[in-house]
Amino acid sequence: MSFLRLATLIRHGSRIAEPAPPAPPLFAGAEAFGGSVQVRFINAGGCNDCALEVAAAFGPVYDVERYGVRLVPSPRHADVLLIVGSVTRNMAQPMLRTIEATPTPRFVIAVGDCALHGGAFREGYGIIGPVSDFVHVDIEVPGSPPEPTDIVRALRRMTGR
Amino acid sequence: MNAIIIAVVQVVLFVFLAPVLIGVIRQVRATIEGRAGVGIWQPWRDVRKLLAKNPVRATDSSWMLRAGPVALVVSSLLLCVLLPLVGTIPLALVPSDLFVIVSVMLIGVVALALVGLDGGTAFGGMGSSRHMTVAALVEPTLLLSIYAFSIPAGTSTLSVIVETRLLSPELIISPVSVLALVALSIAIMAETARLPIDNPGTHLEVTMLHEAMILEASGRDLAWLEVGSWLKLAVLLGLVSNLAVPWGVVTDFSALGLLIGVVSIVVKVLLLGVLLSVGEIFLAKVRLFQVPELLAGSFALAFLAVTASYLVA
Repeated sequence: MSFLRLATLIRHGSRIAEPAPPAPPLFAGAEAFGGSVQVRFINAGGCNDCALEVAAAFGPVYDVERYGVRLVPSPRHADVLLIVGSVTRNMAQPMLRTIEATPTPRFVIAVGDCALHGGAFREGYGIIGPVSDFVHVDIEVPGSPPEPTDIVRALRRMTGR
Repeated sequence: MNAIIIAVVQVVLFVFLAPVLIGVIRQVRATIEGRAGVGIWQPWRDVRKLLAKNPVRATDSSWMLRAGPVALVVSSLLLCVLLPLVGTIPLALVPSDLFVIVSVMLIGVVALALVGLDGGTAFGGMGSSRHMTVAALVEPTLLLSIYAFSIPAGTSTLSVIVETRLLSPELIISPVSVLALVALSIAIMAETARLPIDNPGTHLEVTMLHEAMILEASGRDLAWLEVGSWLKLAVLLGLVSNLAVPWGVVTDFSALGLLIGVVSIVVKVLLLGVLLSVGEIFLAKVRLFQVPELLAGSFALAFLAVTASYLVA
């Protein structure tokens, strides 16, 4: 894309982000974050449905970043772990080690029916169980996959904005 | 005494200004992308939260992971003291000499590289190696471009260089100065890990330079690393803006002059930040193998500036 074309697109393009719905109540314990939450995303073995919805929540339309949420590349930087998918054999240990590597206070948000209770893959040979079998889940976001607005609402409960 | 007051004002001002500058840069980028943006105070919230968290350190990490971030902040604060940002009255003990400035900057660079190595992870070591590669290519350009500025002024003290440019503005639009300023700007982009050398918003470990080194830092270690890098960006933008537009700096100490100096540097740094942010929209990160070519280009510009200053001026 040429410089001029990009400049024209920027000039004609208005705000893509949708208006913000009213803020949900703050999650008890999340006061420590003071409106800044860094999120580490873990796909523990999902079908990428929920991952796409999480990507949409961080995209320009739902724009969860405006509430002070940011995706980070390392669990050391994270405050909240966003876990999607039912836990597979190969991802159980990496997931636990990621949680161990996250500094406290930290919270876990499980996104999607698979993460909450196994979903369609519950009986699969590679599945050990839902996320709650391994770690305490603070906020549950049901749906298969959940709407990006639901993910945004769960994350806003962490920032309180 | 006056020099000390100005140094203190510079430190306090830039400690407050640097997070705001980063907030403005991110907000401008978000607005252009069609997002709502998080507001210019978010970096403050990030730092406040990071300082309150309990850091997790790798079991095999040494004291370097604790000391390195502090060393980076100290080197950035020293830059705040030494560079002519609010005023050009140099400290009597430590002059804002070109070699002093570049050496102080190197302390931060090396501390950051050691922090990256200390975690013992593959990405940290890779980041440190890339960081030092870039640093080795950037330092000569920094030295040479500021040296080009120093020839018309007849001294390598940055305060005096800025003052000379203030007194004789025809120096600013001379070819020597323009070449040197472009070279310096490219070197500073590399030094502060901005596009097109490094992408500050990346999540892909394989493309990281700066981010890869801080992957293992958490809590207050991370907070100091962030603040140190932000401060460095703010002071270097301040230096570029004062070299390009020196009006407003305090040369004769007075309360009113100090106020004008503070306001003008804030406006200059924030404007340059907005310019940087808008410019970055149009840039993609260049491949790592092309970074040396870009930096060699900036070195060539700096070299031309020095040569031209002997031939032309």
